[in-house]
Amino acid sequence: MNRLILNKIILTLSTLSAVIGIGFLFWILATLSYKGITSIHWSTFTNDLVEGGIRNLLVGQFTMALMASAVAVPLGMMAGIYLREYGHGSKLASVIRNLSDVMMSAPSIVIGVFVFALFVDPFGGYNGLAGIVALAIMMIPIIISTTDNMLSLVPTELREAGMALGGSKHKIIMQIVVKAAKVGITTGVLLSFARIIGETAPLLFTSANNQFFTMDLTEQFPSLTVSIYNLATYPDLESRELAWAASFILTVIVLCINLIGRYAIRNKK
Amino acid sequence: MGKNNLVMDIKDFSFTYSGAEEPSLKKINLPVLENKITAMIGPSGCGKSTLLRAMNRIHDLYSGNKYEGLINLYKADGSKENILDLKKENDFIKLRQQVGMIFQKPTPFPMSIFDNVAYGLKLSGVKNRSELEGRVEKALQGAAIWKETKDRLKESALGLSGGQQQRLCIARAVALKPRVLLFDEPTSALDPISTGAIEELITELKEELSVVIVTHNMQQASRLSDYTAFMYLGDLAEYDKTDKIFLNPSKKLTEDYITGRFG
Repeated sequence: MNRLILNKIILTLSTLSAVIGIGFLFWILATLSYKGITSIHWSTFTNDLVEGGIRNLLVGQFTMALMASAVAVPLGMMAGIYLREYGHGSKLASVIRNLSDVMMSAPSIVIGVFVFALFVDPFGGYNGLAGIVALAIMMIPIIISTTDNMLSLVPTELREAGMALGGSKHKIIMQIVVKAAKVGITTGVLLSFARIIGETAPLLFTSANNQFFTMDLTEQFPSLTVSIYNLATYPDLESRELAWAASFILTVIVLCINLIGRYAIRNKK
Repeated sequence: MGKNNLVMDIKDFSFTYSGAEEPSLKKINLPVLENKITAMIGPSGCGKSTLLRAMNRIHDLYSGNKYEGLINLYKADGSKENILDLKKENDFIKLRQQVGMIFQKPTPFPMSIFDNVAYGLKLSGVKNRSELEGRVEKALQGAAIWKETKDRLKESALGLSGGQQQRLCIARAVALKPRVLLFDEPTSALDPISTGAIEELITELKEELSVVIVTHNMQQASRLSDYTAFMYLGDLAEYDKTDKIFLNPSKKLTEDYITGRFG
């Protein structure tokens, strides 16, 4: 009898905890959707920040995130391949792996400060390139760890089979092993992209923000997340409504990228 | 069939894994005869897979292993080379094109059926499309899987059943026209029907090449092989014609093993 009661108590408690956790999530999403959707107008997408829209912010945020990916994905993947396929078991590899793991949990504001000292201060002002560097620094360890983990799931026999057919090491890695891990690595890249596109802290004092449309990476660069941070602190209703709208749009974007990432796994397996 | 030509000859061969103090194989002497099937049997850990994997130097995927002795590979023109002397990657590649390997678990590459078989051919320098197609078809026929795959050559090889995947892997190896094929427990992950198909295939293959097969299944060794090597604790305990080993072994140890008294 006692066991049955205990079982019921634990079941109730754990269900309750799950409901509370998910409840908060839905509360956030509901508030965001309500306030966000009612604040979105057609002009939100066609105007730049200076005219009360987010067009330049979206373009700016995506430009920085995409360019950061263009740097971080090849670098991170090559490093991941080194760790798993070439340096496996070596001291250097384990040092790099540990450092990369530490980097992954480094507070993003610290990365911002670091890039500020290196790429902002000496060049006399905030600029888009510094923002890209900060985002890339955030992204590289995530890509390294994903690539490393996904390659570790490829069975050793597959490498040996490639060798037994007369393949050289680099051909087997590039043509067979990476191909076998392709779905997992792609998902990791998408998820890390979703992660950096919503970052504020690394951009706050690297690329800062720009009210106008620009593609000049040596200037202050428009950012959606930094704008949300700024707009939310302004006293006027219009600014705060725009902050809600921007937050909602950002959430939808991040959610979509996440879903695509997850859907890709399910479809390819 | 009357000829007993050597295709490989293992002499006083010892092998020590990286980091191990004791050698895993001690002074092995074993001939591999042309167009015959040689089976290697023995309890787990006796070194039979280790020996097999030395015969195309697949061990060299991992560094630090130590080889001693000789493993001669006889070429079609009668010349021989000691494969333990090879150092350059190019030489390894050539060796593995002559001495292919089939693994315990099927190892199809994540690409189409056609590309799986064409992969090794492309590596060996075949570029001409029509030659590739001809040799892929011939290899698939040779591995008795052409009928099942001819209409789906462009589909992923991962969609095949386990038995089909294993025959595809054999086709892939056969396509390179190797002199020797090494099988490392090729049916232990398969159901009985697929096992039967693979065994039949191996028997047919010996018309064209020589086979060395490691197996845990004593019936399989007696059904398939012409010669059997019984290995125990890193030694070659007994080597003889398969009939002799199974009907009238000269050592007590061999008899105890094949009658199931240990293992």
